[in-house]
Amino acid sequence: MNDVVQDGVTAVLVLAAAVMCFAAGVGVIRFPDVLSRLHAATKPQIFGLIAVTADIAVNDFSVGTVTLVVAIVGFQLLTAPMAAHLVARAAYAQGRSRPDLLFVDEFAPADRRPPHRD
Amino acid sequence: MSTPRQRLAAAVNQAPLFLGLVVLWMLLWGRFGWLELLTGTLVAVLVAVTFYLPAVQLSGRLNPWHSARFLLRLLADIVRASVQVAALALSPRYRPGNAILAIGLNTRSDLILTWTAVATSIVPGSIVVDVDRVSSTLYLHVLNVHTAAQAERFRASVLATERRIVRAFGSREDVERIRACPAGAAAAPDTREGA
Repeated sequence: MNDVVQDGVTAVLVLAAAVMCFAAGVGVIRFPDVLSRLHAATKPQIFGLIAVTADIAVNDFSVGTVTLVVAIVGFQLLTAPMAAHLVARAAYAQGRSRPDLLFVDEFAPADRRPPHRD
Repeated sequence: MSTPRQRLAAAVNQAPLFLGLVVLWMLLWGRFGWLELLTGTLVAVLVAVTFYLPAVQLSGRLNPWHSARFLLRLLADIVRASVQVAALALSPRYRPGNAILAIGLNTRSDLILTWTAVATSIVPGSIVVDVDRVSSTLYLHVLNVHTAAQAERFRASVLATERRIVRAFGSREDVERIRACPAGAAAAPDTREGA
């Protein structure tokens, strides 16, 4: 009975992780500009990683594995936003954002939207 | 020159971060023995000396109940945000529409500003484009915003995140500031335009 539960948990977690990572890949291709693609590259990807590492922890429930999983997830949660921010800032500064996709841009100087450079 | 008392206060202030490094070292080894504690302390000293950074001003206040609530909510939000972005990526009727919002936070602490920036960028579909430290303003790129009402709802959710973080481990001054300022009514620069 315990095995069935464990297999069920594994199936759900691995499937969720796979769907999330797949969606992240699709998003990176489908979204139109750098800033939108960053969303796809960070959020579903983090959840996918949490799900798959949680499954590893469930299947091998020992101190060494669980602590390593905690460290992996913690680092991912702390570093992914920083990496995304650096790319976003560089992209914006280089004029790689697409003003035509922006509903509002409160970062642009108040009197005008950023000029479209490409 | 700093007096011994000031140096002691600075050391106490930095102790949680130092302990964090030691715990991280033990997490990576997956063992919690004396050897790991000793080597972890050595590595933490080495890191603190080699990569010297200006001291972070910790608030010196931690509310376990609100911290637990914040972390649980964060976890739920990560799941929700991931599912939303994934659904958007796979949706056949996807129509691009984003916004860059300037969100003026109430806090004046670097630590709370950083936490809010990290929490919002892993949570509700936003990425930090820039931060203005002096005015505690976050510039966030938000995915899938088409109307002013959606933008306002997002602004309110970021301010709610800030409130949760301040309640969890913000300084007393910040808690007072949050109390004084009713939900959603933060000073946001009114530079909106376009439709």
